[in-house]
Amino acid sequence: MADSKIIKSKYFFEEDFTEELAEVSANKYADWNKKELKVVGKPVSRVDGYDKVSGSAVFTFDVILPNMAHAKTLRCPHPHAKIKRINTKKAEKIPGVLGILTYENAPKISWYGKSFLFDPHLRYEGDEVAFVAAENERIAEQALKLIEVDYEILPFVTDAAEAMKKDAPKLYDDGNIRGGKPSVYERGDIDKGFEEASAVAEQTYKTQVEIHNPTEPHCSVVNWDGDYLTIWDSTQGVFSVRDRVADVLKLPASRVRVIKKYMGGAFGAKLEAGKYTVMAALLARKIGRPVRIALDRREMNLSVGNRPDSVQKLKGGATKDGRLTALYQYSYGAAGAHPAGAGCSWALRTMYLCPNVKTEEYTVYINAGRARPFRAPGHVQGFFALEALIDELAEKIGMDPLEFRIKNHTDRDQVFDAPYTSKLLLDAYRVAAEAIGWKNRPQPAGSDAGPLKRGIGMSSQIWWGGGGPPAYATLKLNRDGSVRIIAGSQDIGTGTYTILAQVASEVLEIPMEKVEVLLGDTAVAPYCGSSGGSTTAPSVSPAVRDAAEQMKAKLLSGAAAHLNVSESQLVYRNGVIHTKGKNKKSMTIREIARKMGERVLVTTGKREANPDGYAINSFGVQFAEVEVDTETGKVSVKKIVAAYDIGRVLNPKTLENQIHGGIIQGLGFALFEERIIDRNTGKVLTTNLHDYKLPTVKDTPQIDIRIVSKGDSKISNTGVKGVGEPAMIPTPAAIGNAVYNAIGKRIKSLPITPDKVLTALQS
Amino acid sequence: MKKINIRFKVNGRQADLNIAPNKRLLDVLRDDLGLTGTKEGCDIGECGACTVVLNGRAVHSCLILAAQANGAEIITVEGLTQNGELHPLQKNFLEHGAVQCGFCIPGMLLSSYALLKENPHPREDDIKEAIAGNLCRCTGYKQIIQAVEAAANENNE
Ligand code: FES
Ligand code: FES
Repeated sequence: MADSKIIKSKYFFEEDFTEELAEVSANKYADWNKKELKVVGKPVSRVDGYDKVSGSAVFTFDVILPNMAHAKTLRCPHPHAKIKRINTKKAEKIPGVLGILTYENAPKISWYGKSFLFDPHLRYEGDEVAFVAAENERIAEQALKLIEVDYEILPFVTDAAEAMKKDAPKLYDDGNIRGGKPSVYERGDIDKGFEEASAVAEQTYKTQVEIHNPTEPHCSVVNWDGDYLTIWDSTQGVFSVRDRVADVLKLPASRVRVIKKYMGGAFGAKLEAGKYTVMAALLARKIGRPVRIALDRREMNLSVGNRPDSVQKLKGGATKDGRLTALYQYSYGAAGAHPAGAGCSWALRTMYLCPNVKTEEYTVYINAGRARPFRAPGHVQGFFALEALIDELAEKIGMDPLEFRIKNHTDRDQVFDAPYTSKLLLDAYRVAAEAIGWKNRPQPAGSDAGPLKRGIGMSSQIWWGGGGPPAYATLKLNRDGSVRIIAGSQDIGTGTYTILAQVASEVLEIPMEKVEVLLGDTAVAPYCGSSGGSTTAPSVSPAVRDAAEQMKAKLLSGAAAHLNVSESQLVYRNGVIHTKGKNKKSMTIREIARKMGERVLVTTGKREANPDGYAINSFGVQFAEVEVDTETGKVSVKKIVAAYDIGRVLNPKTLENQIHGGIIQGLGFALFEERIIDRNTGKVLTTNLHDYKLPTVKDTPQIDIRIVSKGDSKISNTGVKGVGEPAMIPTPAAIGNAVYNAIGKRIKSLPITPDKVLTALQS
Repeated sequence: MKKINIRFKVNGRQADLNIAPNKRLLDVLRDDLGLTGTKEGCDIGECGACTVVLNGRAVHSCLILAAQANGAEIITVEGLTQNGELHPLQKNFLEHGAVQCGFCIPGMLLSSYALLKENPHPREDDIKEAIAGNLCRCTGYKQIIQAVEAAANENNE
């Protein structure tokens, strides 16, 4: 029992591979048979639903501490400047102002590699200049207005193509291209591949900057108790925040506690410690009071992350019978003012069978807010371009686009040369094509009579989503037979509380009401990774199963001791243990627990290792049906059919939420969301939710979800693959292809706004 | 700034307050009365997270000065639950999976509450119209519509 070992664990998280030592479980459990499951896989309502509908849920935004001060940040109004002089005297004199931090009085803490927490070199509109704490937010805001700053205004560049030019204004001494060169991937020989091709398509596609805009603002409340710092933070990663804050403040990690119970969304924007959190901690220590900092919507649109834009030049070749012979991508995207990933080539490298592939990607610094991972970073952009190219190639060789994709299906990951643990994409294609009525799409493209023209398009998708160790969960059994799961993961709105409770309820065969889940507290919970990369369910649910199975073994052993029988004579059913055969003797969990006095039984479960030699990925396809008004240029998405291979579904209700959410975010990206910067002033024009358009209830299409997988036992004891990001990846591409099918013209840049549609129709 | 006296009813209870005249209704609810169920998402009437019901109408409490609510009757999300029993809207939001992160939900509930008061038999388009000003970034829109429909049906039984 409770076998474990330490391994080197490597898996993909958001933009890159993580590799770390992890203690893993070596326990093997029987595969779950979907038919026999009672709680897992059922549409259980959220266990935190009551708190959220009653208004009693306390988000970080709602945390109020006695004597709490409120902070605000002064941000640079220029896209590029240096502080020549800063004077806070007048601001300090306002009654109610408690403290002000600037680069002059704050410790020099290194941030973003080559910059600092407070850096007098300001590289974008929104860069932090000063941080004020006051009795309330209003006073803090007044104080911001009285801080006098002399800026030396510097030339700026807000466009990646411009920034790559030799004479462009420089953000860093060594130039605007991150690392000074492109990141290159190559397999096979693309020249040879293009020679073999009988058709070649070449095209440039562009995608825009998208802002996460979760509903709950980024916020932290910090409190010092001597040198013990507690941080309530709206974060996707309590341990990542703890470690960063402890590092920069030079505190032992044991003296920093990060708590996050409920949060109003993140989508990648809250994966790391914010500058504001550290500033609040510094000022709270100075003024001897707790400090709350909540960003406003304008700050969120300027400063805390975005999906970088992309310009992608793609070239693809295929033979007459539909074999891809070569794929090439040259692309660049803007990281913003500080290091961040802006690549988008994984789509091209991994989706289809192709022996000759080359990608060259540039990540470029510009004077704008820094990019952060955003729901399937790189993939959403990459798939928009790749899937358009695939459709264009299919048309060139006169093949049905679906058939073309099926022809280029691969059962092996070609980058790592490994088989997938499971891949049911062909099933997904089949059911989804039928559900959307693929055969009845307008042919040729644009042949609908109009003025309202209907069209259908598709896109495949691949994402990592396997998760992996380390992820741990502690399970405590109380004397009444109820249990508590404690894990250092977090529920960012996805339903983690609920699915973990389901797993424990399933294994121990006790009602959901007897299972409590505590997440997001570094002081009490064992480590789990940040909630990102669609890794939470696949990483943490197996750790919970492991903990619950160990508890079950403990209970069996306790019952055997009490009943004076051997464990092999005992059966565990519905939370009761009985002896086999006649003269049944039995004990409930509660009775065993009570026999053990006041002790609380504890087990710790661990995520097992991923199988060696395999690639783990989630797969899926979406088909979109759109209607284009050729008179106004407006695109309406009527229907999306989404079919996925995501291993086991733990809860169809939360699954539906995830898929709807991803599709509608994808729809927003496809049709209207866009950060716009005025090229002449370098200022962002879309800093509120009026100018930055989010999808509303009125934009919601009909959504039809098909899951073709049952569970992937090669991966873990729960067989789950992630779905949060896969849900969004194919939507913009499918909509783009559907618009082409409707009007016979291709819109090569997102968002597909009415003006672009009308221009295309007139061309 | 000279403080002013205002009084209004929140969730059936009288509140007497002495406040700065430039306070928004949202600040008074959250900071002075501790009713943090009402959220803030944008401060300019665009997201709907701050929606409360004021004299029967759904309003953005971020756009209203507290003084403008003098003498009014206000309902916030905390007032929907009666004697520990969830309101049918709350129950159906929960059961239909309309709740994800939950941050937009109080506003959604109050927009829907005002709708059902005015129109107990809403069509789908009426529901969409009523919540079109409430942004949900997790976007459980379909489930929210279903929940409102189910609550309306229950009310009408
Ligand atoms: S906070 Fe009032 S509408 Fe957004
Ligand atoms: S549930 Fe998250 S914003 Fe609506």
